[in-house]
Amino acid sequence: MADISADTTANNNLNAQMEPGLRPSLPPPTLETGAVGWLRHNLFSSWVNAILTVLALYILYLIIPPFLAWAVFDATWTVPPLAAGVEDHPPQFADCRANAGACWIFVEARLPQFVYGFYTAEQRWRVDIVFLILAVSIFGLLSERIKRKKELAIFFFAIFPILAFWLLYGGLGLEVVETRLWGGFMLTLILSGIGIVFSLPLGVLLALGRRSDLPVVHMLCVVMIEFVRGVPLITILFMANVMLPFFLPPGVEFNVLLRVLLGVTIFAAAYMAEVVRGGLQALPKGQYEGAMAMGLGYWQMMRLIILPQALRIAIPGIVNNFISLTQDTTLVAIVGLYDFLNIVRAGSRDTNWLGTEIEGYVFCALVYWIFCFAMSRYSMHLERKLHTGHKKR
Amino acid sequence: MAQALNQGAAQAIPAASDQPMIQLSAVNKWYGQFHVLKDIDLTVYTGERIVVCGPSGSGKSTMIRCINRLEEHQKGKIVVDGVELTHDLKKIEQVRREVGMVFQHFNLFPHLTVLENLTLAPIWVRKMPKKDAEEVAMTYLKRVKIPEQASKYPGQLSGGQQQRVAIARSLCMNPKVMLFDEPTSALDPEMIKEVLDVMIGLAETGMTMICVTHEMGFARTVANRVIFMDRGEIIEQNDPEEFFKNPKSERTKLFLSQILHH
Ligand SMILES: Nc1ncnc2c1ncn2[C@@H]1O[C@H](COP(=O)(O)OP(=O)(O)OP(=O)(O)O)[C@@H](O)[C@H]1O
Ligand SMILES: [Mg+2]
Repeated sequence: MADISADTTANNNLNAQMEPGLRPSLPPPTLETGAVGWLRHNLFSSWVNAILTVLALYILYLIIPPFLAWAVFDATWTVPPLAAGVEDHPPQFADCRANAGACWIFVEARLPQFVYGFYTAEQRWRVDIVFLILAVSIFGLLSERIKRKKELAIFFFAIFPILAFWLLYGGLGLEVVETRLWGGFMLTLILSGIGIVFSLPLGVLLALGRRSDLPVVHMLCVVMIEFVRGVPLITILFMANVMLPFFLPPGVEFNVLLRVLLGVTIFAAAYMAEVVRGGLQALPKGQYEGAMAMGLGYWQMMRLIILPQALRIAIPGIVNNFISLTQDTTLVAIVGLYDFLNIVRAGSRDTNWLGTEIEGYVFCALVYWIFCFAMSRYSMHLERKLHTGHKKR
Repeated sequence: MAQALNQGAAQAIPAASDQPMIQLSAVNKWYGQFHVLKDIDLTVYTGERIVVCGPSGSGKSTMIRCINRLEEHQKGKIVVDGVELTHDLKKIEQVRREVGMVFQHFNLFPHLTVLENLTLAPIWVRKMPKKDAEEVAMTYLKRVKIPEQASKYPGQLSGGQQQRVAIARSLCMNPKVMLFDEPTSALDPEMIKEVLDVMIGLAETGMTMICVTHEMGFARTVANRVIFMDRGEIIEQNDPEEFFKNPKSERTKLFLSQILHH
């Protein structure tokens, strides 16, 4: 009896310290600890599991060592010294003959073109400045330690685009660099960046429009979303390229890049609209009623109550769209633009570099992967950060 | 429970005036073919506290939701504090600013802290400076006895605490009328009292209130008038004493016998 009461007081004390929400939940006790325990628990818990584990290890053994040999150990990393009797020449595939592995001097030699496309060489510092501002502002916007998010956001979304356009295109004292010279990584970044920045708000508007009570707005949005979703991006790019001029008054020139940007953005927006609509539908009606009952107007309610929650729910889908958008920009090759992938491909077709296609594709894959993986990781972090339920903190 | 609530509260509650605050005249509403509200006539005077009861599906929620236009009525006239509810959005928002509503499922905003929930409408609708709004919010949080929860998120509170936050949130708009739609029916029994106590406290301040509730102890304590609804009609209304002692219609008697024997 005495034991029991002692026990309850102990429990009460524990409860007093552990009010829910104040601390993270402690992990449940693990029965087996250490590496062996983990292995047994996760990889060899049953016969089937053990066979799968062994099979997976065998497949990794088949793939990884040869790949590492090709990409690292047997690869040519620097231009070899000139052999006696060989004429001096710019670096080329022949310089890699001595080694069995990858010819990375291809990437090294072509890197400026991969990054800037055909952008006038003496003006490339302008692109570098844009890259730098972009990197710093994105870091500032995403990092939790940096305050003054509002000013940063105004700069990034309102001032930076104008500044970037001036720096990239020129005019007002800067030499003009025509957009047909833009290419490579820079072009890919512009296409996906603008696509990302514009497709989300446009998608939100389309999603709200689709749920609107006004029949005209509703119909317009449905037609727009369903039309764009029913047509492949390539078709939209072709149409943007070929058909758009028909709708413009004669004499008005519409830049190819602009046409493509419009196509990519509208395409991404239609998909974004559906993802956002999913988020909106997941919210209980009570959230709308709670907001309306306090006298908030439609836009206030959307901005302050509904969208913050709906977008949070939709984060995985939104980022998924961002990632596919980034990858879909490679399709602009079809209408003759040299984005990152296309310019790398063109580089490996150069007579000096014939035989370097694999190197080119592996390099491309790595760069795209780094960017898309970063987005994916950030979205997971964001989801966790915005979680305000019991588990928070 | 009824007795506990009765003690001492009755005298403290001020009487209603004869200024009409809400007037429903011949209000009708249909959901498709279904006639939810049939010729509802009701006048609520300033300072009056009305309890609405009736079987499930009788249209209680629909009626009080028409008062702040969460539902639209098709026929008849609803006037709140001198403003008639029509399709005019301006008027609707004007009415909603003056009418607070507490829901069965709280409808707090889970992405905002308790304090932000309370200051949101004063800041954006009343255009109050943030500091003042926070001061007002803290006063009401003290009034509902949870000032220490201000920086938590709704998801971290118990049901009773959440409903008290919801009441405080409505009060921050300094409304002239409070509507309650079954505020305690989603709560665990041990939390009902803490919410009812807050509502009794509110009644003592002379707030005009319409409560849909089956808490008959509460009705006895604070109501000036109890209204019984069935199948879209107001069947009977009376002061609580008479209502419970001598229900006139058969339907009321049946209903009372059912809920009092629960
Ligand atoms: N949006 C709607 N569409 C169609 N019918 C509805 C809708 N909302 C409510 N109803 C119907 O209207 C009737 C009255 O509903 P209401 O919610 O007002 O009842 P209530 O008296 O509040 O009931 P409860 O005690 O269950 O809350 C019910 O029969 C319900 O099925
Ligand atoms: Mg109801």
